[in-house]
Amino acid sequence: MRYEAPTTTKEAVTLLAKEKGKAAVLAGGTDLLVRMKMGISEPDLIVDIKHIPAMNAVKHSATGTKIGAAVSGAKLVKNKAITKAWPGVVEATNLIGSDQIQGRCTMVGNLCNASPAADSVPAMIAAGAKAVVVGKTKRRTVAVENIATGPGKTSLAKDEVIEAITLPKRPRNSGDAYLRFIPRTEMDIAVVSAGVNLTLQKGVVKTARVCVGAVAPTAVLVPDAAKAIIGTKLDADALANLAAACSAACNPIDDKRGTIEYRTKVAGVLGRRAAEIAFKRAGGA
Amino acid sequence: MSGVLVDTTVNGDPVQFACPTDEVLLDSLRDRVGLTGVKEGCGTGDCGSCSITLDGQLVCSCLVLGVEANGRKIDTVEGLSDDNTLHPLQEQFIEHAALQCGICTPGFLVAAKALLDDNASPSEEEIRYALAGNLCRCTGYDKIVRAVQAAAKQMRKKK
Repeated sequence: MRYEAPTTTKEAVTLLAKEKGKAAVLAGGTDLLVRMKMGISEPDLIVDIKHIPAMNAVKHSATGTKIGAAVSGAKLVKNKAITKAWPGVVEATNLIGSDQIQGRCTMVGNLCNASPAADSVPAMIAAGAKAVVVGKTKRRTVAVENIATGPGKTSLAKDEVIEAITLPKRPRNSGDAYLRFIPRTEMDIAVVSAGVNLTLQKGVVKTARVCVGAVAPTAVLVPDAAKAIIGTKLDADALANLAAACSAACNPIDDKRGTIEYRTKVAGVLGRRAAEIAFKRAGGA
Repeated sequence: MSGVLVDTTVNGDPVQFACPTDEVLLDSLRDRVGLTGVKEGCGTGDCGSCSITLDGQLVCSCLVLGVEANGRKIDTVEGLSDDNTLHPLQEQFIEHAALQCGICTPGFLVAAKALLDDNASPSEEEIRYALAGNLCRCTGYDKIVRAVQAAAKQMRKKK
């Protein structure tokens, strides 16, 4: 196995494009190294992206915030501006594993690992986050919901890496929240999860995005759940309609961690509760 | 031996070792640097017994490649005591009998130190959250939490 630590994204994608064997991108390694240990992944080349300045940076601009692909959960939570603007995204990312894992894990790694139960993903999708995808010949911007295509699978080409995640500029009176259900209090994988992001105008929901996780092969954006609360003050009827839309969007597996019926019901409950938290954070009453 | 030369600082001292690219830092530290305080429990980042700090950041050394440590600062449990004087955490772990078999203890000490470096007076809840990535199958955790509380108190008094 060859180990390369390029210092530019261009170099990284060139290495990936040239590799004839199996190549893997290393950010925090909290999924990759486990897969290597288990023998599921046996790369011929590892491209460590942590020496690329653009991947380590957090940049605020007039259009929003750009978070580099190698920024760890521990580093993200220390950024006060992001924590204030996007508490839901940050709390979702901080639910990935222990403090030890937080020291290494990244949002982009969580996204590219493409687990249906990834914690940061529903929150990013609800936030309207976009991935900056760099390939050998072109750069493209892809909505986060279009990255994972199924468990462990992404829409990225062999020579493509995600350089950063961008979060849009935050209008006033906005709030987001992420909730997951786990049978323990800590250190577990989501059985069901939900992320909600909304903006209020004069106390009424003006825009909203709702996403559920761990209830289908990928996280699912639920436009019907957003429609259910747009134009309302999040009254009981609106919340019931949001919950029903979240449940209707579910296509979960049935396993020892949660039955189909259970996951479908709880997706509605978590969607409703996350919407209530986001509403409160946006200053709604 | 074939491998990549890795230049690091371990517990304040410059250390060089050569390791294969697919070797995890846990194995480099144990087998090449001779620091056997770092333990392998699960090898998959679940148990925390291989906890170290890398540039001050708490990580599981089983989920870091040895080659990634090049140019970086590593601290392990061996760096906790000052010559023959134990760190307050070590003293209080003994005082509170916060260990039985001892395999998890180095990881707990390193994680607890990372917590106290960041927060001099953590609540019980904060301690339990901060140590949630460290598993102990002997003590039931209460003694560990009490030892960390006592060490925090002792360290605050010293300041």
